[in-house]
Amino acid sequence: MVYPESMRESIKRLEGTRKERMDQEFVMRTADQKKELLKGFHPDYIEESMRELTVGPNKGQRTPHELADVLEAYPVSDVGGLDFGSPDYDVDVLVIGGGGAGVSAALVAKEAGANVLLVTKLRVGDANTRMAQGGIQGADKPNDSPERHYLDVLGGGHFKNVPELAKALVMDAPGVVTWLEKLGVMFDKEDDGTMKTIHGGGTSRKRMHFCRDYTGAEIMRVLRDEMLNHDVPEVEFAAAIELLTDSKGAVSGAVLVNLETGQKRIVRAKTTILATGGCGRLHMQGFPCTNHYGATADGLVLAYRVGAELAFIDTIQYHPTGVAYPEQIVGLLITEKVRSLGAHLVNSEGNRFIYELESRDITASAIIRECREQKKGIDTPTGGVGVWLDSPLLDVLKGEGFVRSSLPAMFHQFARYDIEMDKVPVLTYPTQHYQNGGILVNGKAETGVKGLYAAGETVGGIHGRNRLMGNSLLDILVFGRRAGEAAAEAAKAMKQAPEIGASHVGPFVEELKAAGVPKDRRSPKLLPDYRRPEMQGRYAFLGPECTPA
Amino acid sequence: MRKKRVQGSKGSRVEPSDGTCARVAVGLPTDAEPGLDPSTPQPLDPSSFVTIHVMGKAYEVPAGLTIMNAMEYAGYQFIRGCGCRGGFCGACGTVYRTKDSYKLKVGLACQTVIEDGMFLTQLPFYPANKAKYDIETLEPTTQTLVRYYPEIMRCISCNSCTKICPQDIDVMGYINAAIRGDHEAVADMSFDCIMCGLCASRCPAEIVHYNVGLLARRIVGAKLHKRASDLAERLKEIEAGECEPGVDKLTQMSEEELSKRFYDKKIRDIEPR
Ligand SMILES: Cc1cc2nc3c(=O)[nH]c(=O)nc-3n(C[C@H](O)[C@H](O)[C@H](O)COP(=O)(O)OP(=O)(O)OC[C@H]3O[C@@H](n4cnc5c(N)ncnc54)[C@H](O)[C@@H]3O)c2cc1C
Ligand code: SF4
Ligand code: SF4
Ligand code: FES
Repeated sequence: MVYPESMRESIKRLEGTRKERMDQEFVMRTADQKKELLKGFHPDYIEESMRELTVGPNKGQRTPHELADVLEAYPVSDVGGLDFGSPDYDVDVLVIGGGGAGVSAALVAKEAGANVLLVTKLRVGDANTRMAQGGIQGADKPNDSPERHYLDVLGGGHFKNVPELAKALVMDAPGVVTWLEKLGVMFDKEDDGTMKTIHGGGTSRKRMHFCRDYTGAEIMRVLRDEMLNHDVPEVEFAAAIELLTDSKGAVSGAVLVNLETGQKRIVRAKTTILATGGCGRLHMQGFPCTNHYGATADGLVLAYRVGAELAFIDTIQYHPTGVAYPEQIVGLLITEKVRSLGAHLVNSEGNRFIYELESRDITASAIIRECREQKKGIDTPTGGVGVWLDSPLLDVLKGEGFVRSSLPAMFHQFARYDIEMDKVPVLTYPTQHYQNGGILVNGKAETGVKGLYAAGETVGGIHGRNRLMGNSLLDILVFGRRAGEAAAEAAKAMKQAPEIGASHVGPFVEELKAAGVPKDRRSPKLLPDYRRPEMQGRYAFLGPECTPA
Repeated sequence: MRKKRVQGSKGSRVEPSDGTCARVAVGLPTDAEPGLDPSTPQPLDPSSFVTIHVMGKAYEVPAGLTIMNAMEYAGYQFIRGCGCRGGFCGACGTVYRTKDSYKLKVGLACQTVIEDGMFLTQLPFYPANKAKYDIETLEPTTQTLVRYYPEIMRCISCNSCTKICPQDIDVMGYINAAIRGDHEAVADMSFDCIMCGLCASRCPAEIVHYNVGLLARRIVGAKLHKRASDLAERLKEIEAGECEPGVDKLTQMSEEELSKRFYDKKIRDIEPR
């Protein structure tokens, strides 16, 4: 164990209270108590962290500065001068993004007979989907129902969810889990085939299906394998930097840039699906994040420029339990499953302070309150702070060896730093995790702009103001599949290849100029730049005229 | 402020920082506002720099960083060799040697802490072959894995694959199980595989281990494990239209009505943990 002396004292207190904590009943907060916690301590409620947008379809609405900075920004490269006469690819359906949403969309579109192309910024599967550990929801147990699932989803979202989308989510869930089962995703099961299911924060029934603690990785590797088996054409390290439109403003493809050579490629497509994922790497309010390297909100940027409306862009999900120690992995995720299985959150005095399975925004706020206001956090040697997650309790509850066998990914993560989480607790603090809002779609995954579909974390509305664990892996497949189907259908109905151009860019740029947006602000961001300051400020692959946002 | 100086082997420039960019250490943007948040880490101790050799070129970087953060500190901006930054995607497999040791070591760049004097290279890609199959119609026998990947029979039990695996998987063990046709064992042993490809880079028999593991797991998931009957039952109910009216009723309700139901313990009782 490598905790410094200063932290070890409070571990003793935690061990001292373990037995009595096990018998302790903890009650959920009432609606009013929740409101108070959120108002006082949730990062979204910090007034100066957001500003009103001055251009585009969501003009006048508030969003975090970091997101506003990429939405209100000039193109990274002027695509207007490209030769649109001879596109490099000519397809029915273009899928942008190689995570779970994109790959499932491509598979379904191909199955529907469309000529599909999937392009992605890194490798297929280098995506948030790969990182999901906890599980995927679906109301399949006899004591459960889609109706119950719906009520839980709405409660988590503070009843602001778009009903049509939440309905699609819960009604498609058993079908999606069955699809995965048939593809050979190795869910944890009883011997008779019954799915093992557990709670997640905010669920009233145990409906979280999982594959050890590699749920997303397992789903992603199977979907990718299936895509290779079906010969779906894919291009990796090809980032979309602008959508293309016809003269009426309908989307008809995209401009890609080869991240290694800088070469631009033009895709003409009858329909286009954005599945570019989330925005963690924008680092709202300087928070660390759990997301993959390419989570830079590119899809929101591209959609915004062609006039698609966004929804719930003033709400970001902070996961209650990010790693707070050791420093090397600060911000990475400690899966909610640790709490689902029964681990307690414990302050410096050895006491619990919140029911661990409140929804994420509530739990995160409670931890922030415990550290900031109550001053009952545990300080780290590098100036961080956090509360304990009593993981050894799981072995006490479920038998020795349980933590190692059921949370292998988590165990590994800490063991690399000589912290054995079956013996000592782990320190945790909220981390930026998920984009609750995004591009507004309808039940067919259509955006407000003709020819443009969206699915996955880049979409907003399904989860209202806050998503529950396990509903995102679900939504990316539900809406990925719906998008694939609808986009293939629409493409088939089009007799001719569409017109392509970038005439939507000019007016947007004029708007930016009129609003006085600084000239050097460019987007999409594509990749974050973590080089030390004097090394930053240049994307070699985009050429000297293109600086990042 | 530390002065810039030129140092290191093979004439490479080493430019230690002025000690203000510790945020790089955890992957935070260096241009972010000073943290509103108490979890924001403090600057690292600027006096403790170590030397690492990236593909033979020396860089002086703050001690305690992961290989990934150290390379970024040195000025690399990743395109390849970096995917999830959290130990799940296998993009960042790294092979290295340390001072005074003949041993070849491995680690994930996003998870491994640098050591003074290490020589490293990433292996972000290694050519692999993958069999094609239709999982729906595939009927598994003990010969299936050998049929799709006959090269597994060429294993000479050198154990190089196991030794290099950054996930501590008994790779040779699961290849042996594959030869026996024991799908369950392959699936179980290979489960934590992140498909980094390091094993394939070392194998004298030219086996692509991770694809063998993947096929075995898909066979187990799709064919050998029993299907979930609850799930099938619910799907039937949905297809018969039995679930829709209940959900539809909720979609029509106002926020107040929904909220009342949500907090009503009789309507929405919570299954014990
Ligand atoms: C650590 C972690 C744990 C999680 N755990 C759970 C869980 O237990 N249960 C759950 O339900 N959800 C969980 N989530 C959330 C869930 O995994 C994600 O929200 C979901 O997988 C997103 O899927 P996606 O396909 O929309 O996006 P992603 O999987 O992120 O894929 C987006 C893809 O688009 C690519 N892309 C981005 N920009 C461009 C561009 N300009 N051009 C081309 N390609 C681009 C990206 O590189 C990436 O490949 C977790 C998330 C994280 C980060
Ligand atoms: S089995 Fe091979 S591909 Fe999988 S994690 Fe180990 S070395 Fe990497
Ligand atoms: S490296 Fe290849 S030959 Fe050696 S034990 Fe592993 S599978 Fe067998
Ligand atoms: S970047 Fe994904 S495993 Fe290291």
